[in-house]
Amino acid sequence: MLPCTGRIDESLLLKAFENGADGVMVIGCLEGDCHYVSGNIRARARVERVYAILEKIKIGPKRIRMYNLSAGEGSKFAAFANEFVDQIREIGPSPINLVRAGKAQVVTEKEAT
Amino acid sequence: MITGTPKPIEEILEMLEPYDNIVLAGCHGCVTVCRVGGEKEVQVLASTLRLAREAAGRKINIREVSLERQCDPEYVEQMRPYMKDYQAVLSIACGAGIQFLAEKFTTTPSLPGINTGFLGVTERQGEWAERCQGCGDCVLHLTGGICPVTRCAKSLFHGPCGGSVQGICEVDKEVKCGWQLIIDRLTALDQLENYGKLKPYKGWNTSRDGGPRRIIREDMI
Amino acid sequence: MKSGSNLEKVLAAGHFSVTAECGPPRGANPDIVRKKAAYVKGHVDACNVTDNQTSVVRMSSLAGCMLIKEEGIEPLIQMVVRDRNRIALQSDLLGASAMGVRNLLCLSGDHQKFGDDPKAKNVFDIDSMQLIHLVKTMRDEGVFPSGDKIEGAPKFYIGCAVNPFADPFQIRVPRLKLKVEAGADFVQTQCIYNMDKFKKYLELAKKEGLHEKVKILAGVTPLKSAGMAKFMRKMVAGMDIPDEVVNRIAAEPKEKQAEKGIEMCIEQIQELKELEGIAGVHVMAIEWEEKLEQIIGGAGLLPRPVVE
Repeated sequence: MLPCTGRIDESLLLKAFENGADGVMVIGCLEGDCHYVSGNIRARARVERVYAILEKIKIGPKRIRMYNLSAGEGSKFAAFANEFVDQIREIGPSPINLVRAGKAQVVTEKEAT
Repeated sequence: MITGTPKPIEEILEMLEPYDNIVLAGCHGCVTVCRVGGEKEVQVLASTLRLAREAAGRKINIREVSLERQCDPEYVEQMRPYMKDYQAVLSIACGAGIQFLAEKFTTTPSLPGINTGFLGVTERQGEWAERCQGCGDCVLHLTGGICPVTRCAKSLFHGPCGGSVQGICEVDKEVKCGWQLIIDRLTALDQLENYGKLKPYKGWNTSRDGGPRRIIREDMI
Repeated sequence: MKSGSNLEKVLAAGHFSVTAECGPPRGANPDIVRKKAAYVKGHVDACNVTDNQTSVVRMSSLAGCMLIKEEGIEPLIQMVVRDRNRIALQSDLLGASAMGVRNLLCLSGDHQKFGDDPKAKNVFDIDSMQLIHLVKTMRDEGVFPSGDKIEGAPKFYIGCAVNPFADPFQIRVPRLKLKVEAGADFVQTQCIYNMDKFKKYLELAKKEGLHEKVKILAGVTPLKSAGMAKFMRKMVAGMDIPDEVVNRIAAEPKEKQAEKGIEMCIEQIQELKELEGIAGVHVMAIEWEEKLEQIIGGAGLLPRPVVE
């Protein structure tokens, strides 16, 4: 259980992809309204670093995204979740999952760098 | 501390081409402070390499370790029990650490995961700047505590040269003129008479120019 | 006489001396140097040959000096400490002296990042101040810095450069003083456009009596165009070109700017001639050597005196 997105670090996010996630959503409090002062700001910086790493190794940077909302915005949460799921459906499964499923769409080592 | 920058991931992947089973070693010393080779960086790099390799259809097994320091034999010896089980060690410690691993584990290739930089200080979180060249003959007492060898791009001893403009060095507008800094400091300390006291030619033999160096403390052996 | 060079003799005799500059070519063709030499001959007491200026690789200063010497011009070798350690510097000094070069300018040198080889190693074994001291030791004491006797001490009239327009201003005269104490016989200044600031610098130097201990040659560079002025102001570190100077040449139509630049240069030399403490002028007509006769002659400095 995470008390705040500020507790998330890059290795946690990358582990999610290693464990087979096709996409990772990070949802934090509205900026300026963090329950723990600025945890969400740190989280955004970390999400951005993971975005850059995923881009570099051609996993697909769009697979990670951070959203900000307040605890009471239930419908917004639903909307964000749907939006993100659609986004992931559009770009398809993570290359890791494709390889694990034995599909032919193997990214060559050259392409991955 | 000793600073460094991460090697580009492509370069590391190329180095790891022949291997499927490696140790990735970090260090709790300098490289942790400058956020390039500590435990966290080991975790992130290991995940990154695993993801990149698996996406390319070829897994890699990485043992993530982080030593107190990679430059002291007692800590490096802690790796001995398992090193024979791995094909190579990728180290993100400084060049000294990377080399020490090679020396201690002579049958295991030691690969550099970072480009070691300089001896420097943390000017602010995320920004480190060079301060010392390890010349072996310190004159900081004569220059208000600012090193002419390191902070002057030309290592002048009677600077600044004619390319110093508004306190900025001719090599880069982000680089402060070392001699402007020295003169300002000497002025503030009322020590301007020190300017010009560096007349004797610098002996570079005490620096790496004299050959790789060694310190032996007889009293400690 | 410290070196017996023509420049030394002319200055010792009390004449207002004139030096100019030749930049060697980016190649091994000696005719390019000879062509420039033809424009210089007869108009100067000595001619500088630059040393890989702005770190851009050019034919060596010593080679350039030998070529102009063959054409009958007194050479002035420039040596930067950027590229050579003290061993090479001592060796080149002996070589230059053996070949009859009697004037030397000791410089730091522009950082290698400006040239074709920014990845080159940064030597700076000794600085320009220490080079002056080195030459003086070899010349006057006849020994190497190591203490060994030299078989045939080199003879040089030792020069240094100053930039009155670089920062911090308050250290510029103390630095000149150090160079004089190290053994400089003459000084060539960076090219002057801001006469007010230069006069301030000169006054401070005179307060220390430096104008009597060392011969100060004021540097001038004729402007070819307003564009050149603006370019230099923007791109060259330590260049001070006041607005009045830029505006004066810019006020002319493009085709008349070159002539205006020469006119301004001549006026400037005439003003410098009148300043107490200025022993001569160093005309740096870079890639415009053909105008030297017009400029030096226009300032009333031709023919050059012959001193035995």
